[in-house]
Amino acid sequence: MKCQYACRSQEHVASRRQFLRGVASSTAAVGAVGISGAGLGGLLSGNPLMADQLKGKQKRILTVFLHGGVSQLESWDPKPGTDTGGPFRAIPTSVPGIHISELLPYTAKQMHHLSLIRSLDTKNDDHAKGQEEMTTGHKRIPGTDYPHLGAVAAKSLTPADFSLPGHILIQGAGAAGRAAYLGPKYNSVVMNNGQPPQFTERPASLTPEADLRRNQLRTRFNDRFAGKRRTADTDAYTFSYNQAQDLLARREVFDLQRESEADRQRYGTSEFGNHCLMARRLLEHDVPFVQINHSNYDTHHENFDFHIEQLGEFDQPFAMLVDDLHQRGLLQDTLVCVMSEFGRTPRVNTRYGRDHWGKAWSIAMGGCGIQPGAVIGATNANGTEVTDRVVDHGHVFHTILQAVGVDSSGEFDIAGRKYPIGDPAKGPIGELLA
Amino acid sequence: MTETPPAEASPAIAPEQTHVLLEQALPSPLTACYWEPKNRFILVGTEEYGIRRFHLETKESVPMIGPHDSWVRAIGSSPDGEVTYTGGYDGRLVWWPTAAENPEPIRVIPDAHQGWIRALAVSPDGSRIATCGNDKMVRLWDSQSGEMLKCFQGHQWHVYNVIFSPAGDALIACDLHGFVKVWDPSPNAASAAAEAAPAAPADPPVAPADPAAVAAAPAKPAPAEAAAPPPPPVPGLLRELPQLEALFKYDTGFRADIGGARCIAFSADGSRLAIGGVTNVTNAFAGVGDAAIVLVNMAENKVAVQMSPKEKVQGTAWGVARHPAGFWIGLAAGGGGGWLYFWKDDQAEEFFKLKLKSDGRGMCVSPDGTRVAVAHADKNLRIYGLFAAPPAS
Repeated sequence: MKCQYACRSQEHVASRRQFLRGVASSTAAVGAVGISGAGLGGLLSGNPLMADQLKGKQKRILTVFLHGGVSQLESWDPKPGTDTGGPFRAIPTSVPGIHISELLPYTAKQMHHLSLIRSLDTKNDDHAKGQEEMTTGHKRIPGTDYPHLGAVAAKSLTPADFSLPGHILIQGAGAAGRAAYLGPKYNSVVMNNGQPPQFTERPASLTPEADLRRNQLRTRFNDRFAGKRRTADTDAYTFSYNQAQDLLARREVFDLQRESEADRQRYGTSEFGNHCLMARRLLEHDVPFVQINHSNYDTHHENFDFHIEQLGEFDQPFAMLVDDLHQRGLLQDTLVCVMSEFGRTPRVNTRYGRDHWGKAWSIAMGGCGIQPGAVIGATNANGTEVTDRVVDHGHVFHTILQAVGVDSSGEFDIAGRKYPIGDPAKGPIGELLA
Repeated sequence: MTETPPAEASPAIAPEQTHVLLEQALPSPLTACYWEPKNRFILVGTEEYGIRRFHLETKESVPMIGPHDSWVRAIGSSPDGEVTYTGGYDGRLVWWPTAAENPEPIRVIPDAHQGWIRALAVSPDGSRIATCGNDKMVRLWDSQSGEMLKCFQGHQWHVYNVIFSPAGDALIACDLHGFVKVWDPSPNAASAAAEAAPAAPADPPVAPADPAAVAAAPAKPAPAEAAAPPPPPVPGLLRELPQLEALFKYDTGFRADIGGARCIAFSADGSRLAIGGVTNVTNAFAGVGDAAIVLVNMAENKVAVQMSPKEKVQGTAWGVARHPAGFWIGLAAGGGGGWLYFWKDDQAEEFFKLKLKSDGRGMCVSPDGTRVAVAHADKNLRIYGLFAAPPAS
């Protein structure tokens, strides 16, 4: 029997959260979204067409979100010796002709795995709006909630029998990535402070035998109830319990202590280092979408000191992660993107700070489906405007998805209503795709 | 050592009458300034890659740019003013002929530090130059030969400022976290690696390091279970002052450190050490905090008083100086604008303050004590007279 219900209601979401809170924040509302129809609606979990489109191997996406707006001048598009350049020098990278800031010496050594987009003009200087637009690929429209890239990736790339969450966010603290109309199943599972999802450990007071008996009883009651009075809520509960059981069984995936001491040393002792190592672990277990948030780059004051500190923490673990993904054969199926909500003003303010700047800034991308060692677009001599190949969040979103084999020009079919996956007015950056 | 009052011919010092004497626009926002001892020039740090020599009589500004590859905020000179020393964010230490028509560098030490040189100080007898920076090192150089004499290693954080005691028998350095160490600059003092080339671990590395080498590094040994023996004495360390907790904060919201000694000065008798920065930070990345200067009683090894604006003004203390007439001058700048403050000895609140036209980023006092120069972010070098302005004609 197929239930026809709309379970995107607040009541549904609330009951799910009340039920499992942290453990299965991504695990409810199965069946909320139509799994047939044209476009990506036909490529959902469990649909064999997806495997065809993705051409076999599991594709993954890793985004590193530098919150607050990293300075393009202190990272991917340095302008030393100009009135806006600040005090840092540019250094050569492993790709002849490409220079980046001296604050990224380790990343510079991995540049042959990465490409740069130096021509973003997102016409936005607001944090929340920038974050939303960069992670959903759509211009913010009041009253419309678009799904996070992670939700789209999880929905598009997660195999049917995959027992781990498809959308995981590793961060110090902050909000989860929302799935919007895709349903809470695709919300991010959050690893705050890099810790495993909450409640994935059986309480010590509960023996395995007692736990088993308890679940058998629950299943019996549940099946009996569902036989006559199945609802969205009961499905959500069932799905959540099942995925929670899977998570309990695979808790070791989230255990960094299983990594070697040498690896933990290589990634360093910083929080971000741990998060990068955790990301490697999750990607090795084929989690389709992992995002690491690194905070913070909103440097209105002492931009240069703070970029030394923050990029000093970012550089080595990130470079290690890219190199490890390559060495382990994972990079060819893992797209890596380092992004922010915007860049920072070329003009240095009176407090040695840089302010918000969406007019001309940069991101880095590499791995699966991306042409390595490329530079897309350019800014003028002192970085105040884009002079070549203007792109924005819409183009980036299409590019990321197309690089991992998802047709971003398609539509989601949500209970019969069509939702374009990417902004229909935009397309991928073709020359960046491999 | 006693403080010398201003020369008789000088106007009577009256801080409450401080006023602008000169406003000189330069090509770039200014970052620092240093008043040359012979009172001919003010040497000004800018956002160009070098400094400018401003001639006080001709008002001519001569660029001293070339060997530096980054901003320069550390400036000093020999006691007679004939040789200027600059330390850059490129880690370079450069000797210049101060008064040459077209100054060309006399000596360049390309890798004096790994990363930024944040400050330099010259010993009272002029024989030694001390530098500090982001490689967490304090280094001592022979001003005549350029030879590195000492390398003091012990700070765990970027070293923000350095100063010799007035007697020249101690070298004081303060780092980002407000830890103040007193180093021994005497020729016989031990140091970590006087003979070694500067290659200390920087944070972050400023030249591409070899990740493969990092990958191959042996794993860190597990910590011993038994109680660790006391750490060995740090070579060259005379003593430590109490951590200046007021001048440091880890901002949990932005997950970043903020603090450090943005300015430093001694009283002439060496009894008081003033270190300025920012305190009460509630938002590091917006610079929401209050300017503060902590005055340390050196004999008692404790904080004597914290000099702060009476009415809280957002900002950072970017300059401090002890005036020969016996008061302290502080420069504050930030969200609350630019201010000059004047404090009496060991007084927490100022007795006078002056609002400036723009944020100041560096301050120096003229050798005769009659004037203060401020390097402003609006590209102007402004000179303020610490005396009554003549009546308008």
